[in-house]
Amino acid sequence: MDYSITKFLWTLLGLFIVLNWGMLMSSTMRRIGARVAGRYGIPWYQPWIDLTKLYSLRTQLTHGTMFYIGPAFRLMGGVGMFLFIPMVFGNEHWSNYSFSSDLIIILYFQFFGMLGMALGASEGGQPYSAIGVSRGLSQFTTIELPMTLAIISLAVQYHTLSFTDIVAAQQGGITHWTMWTNPLATGAAMLSLLGSFGHSPFNLVKAPNEIPIGPPTEYHGTFLGVLRTNGAILHVAEAALFMNLFFGGATSWFELIIKTFLIYFWSVFVGTVFPRFRIEQSVRWFLKIPTILGILAIIILL
Amino acid sequence: MNKHKFEDLDVDKFLAPENEKRSVVAPDGSTVEIDPLKDYFCQDRPEVLKPKSAPVEKFLNWARAESLWVLGFGTGCGSIEIPPLVTPRFDMFRYGVQMRPTPRQSNVFIISGYLAVKTLKRVIRTYEQMPSPKYIMALGSCTINGGMYYDSYNTINRLDAYLPVDVYVAGCMPRPEALLAGFAKLKELIKAGKAEKANEYAENFDWYKANQKKIIKDWNMPDYNW
Repeated sequence: MDYSITKFLWTLLGLFIVLNWGMLMSSTMRRIGARVAGRYGIPWYQPWIDLTKLYSLRTQLTHGTMFYIGPAFRLMGGVGMFLFIPMVFGNEHWSNYSFSSDLIIILYFQFFGMLGMALGASEGGQPYSAIGVSRGLSQFTTIELPMTLAIISLAVQYHTLSFTDIVAAQQGGITHWTMWTNPLATGAAMLSLLGSFGHSPFNLVKAPNEIPIGPPTEYHGTFLGVLRTNGAILHVAEAALFMNLFFGGATSWFELIIKTFLIYFWSVFVGTVFPRFRIEQSVRWFLKIPTILGILAIIILL
Repeated sequence: MNKHKFEDLDVDKFLAPENEKRSVVAPDGSTVEIDPLKDYFCQDRPEVLKPKSAPVEKFLNWARAESLWVLGFGTGCGSIEIPPLVTPRFDMFRYGVQMRPTPRQSNVFIISGYLAVKTLKRVIRTYEQMPSPKYIMALGSCTINGGMYYDSYNTINRLDAYLPVDVYVAGCMPRPEALLAGFAKLKELIKAGKAEKANEYAENFDWYKANQKKIIKDWNMPDYNW
């Protein structure tokens, strides 16, 4: 792997692009949600203003060391995912630090941020944070199940755990995409994506009008700014993960933007149509069809 | 603002029983002295937080004005005018005004209508938990002079004796359009650097506390809720 300073700077530039695209994407999706409700919604530049304001609040309170470290862990989860996902296939600058078994570490980073946030939020002492954390962790465990099964299915199919190899195997036209060669794994993963993006019907972790915003109830100012920064990076990184695994990767930033937008839109589309699940409903839902699809995807390939 | 005289009050007589000092026997048999107000809460007073240098503060004030996060806490009948703001007819999101469910993440507190003494206590706790810079918008006549409840035995008449108010929206009830106009006025004040009421609260802290404690008889919280 290339560890030069130039490589690092290119990756940093990539992170900057991903952060800004994530914020633009989130405001666009909120505008789409507003249009569905018959409103105009927020201006497209609202996330940048919100972030500026959050970073410039005068009062910052802490509840202890872990309260500080929680958002840092969360940010690490998002940035860590970004670091090991090749953004643009075949381009040495934008393939980041992808290596031979990066899929495993991505699965780890997906959970990493949540665990850090759970520790940090619990130190805030808010009962609602604790409820949100327990809901989030139990739901995410069941989200991971179909996702992991789908990834095992891909590993069996392509005989590799490397992103770059999986993307390379999908080149040469839309019929080579995993979407067509392994539709069961794609189905399982796309259903688990609905949960990991945290939109309705699986937004009970942060349900604002039920348990005031859940884990980040006590987070404000810079802490919340860091969490929001991570949210923008994480959304693009997760969408890029699915794009690389199932939809042929991207050979240019333009292709990445189109594909990540459509993948993110899938969760927003479902979210604007369906109301919120309760925790036991959502856990059971993930353990039914998505898990069965995932198991079938492995059995068929054996 | 500080024209009233500070009245020295015997604060201890308002202390609720659960906040009195007591000694507790621990499981190992030792006796532990507990002073709830000191042990369970932060006792620091609020400080005046100086703005940054002029050009920086101008930019930050612009960002603060364009990103007003309103706390979803309705105190009186005026809170019925807030839900229409998120509907297609009024759509406050266009102006950068959003609702937040927790005081920690909010900047604007709308006191929507009359304030019962019981609610005032919760309002004070909530206001003090919001991070600075924070703004209060007082909605309806009740917050100005008591309105139709001017002679009620358990509502306050003048809000600005208890908390610093940035913008008043007069009327009974003011329509959602009036609220939007209030937001526009608040933005104007913030951009001009005139919305520094959180600092004013810290400066005149003793006066506000004396007024608050005069009417809240069961004072069972610290002087400032961090």
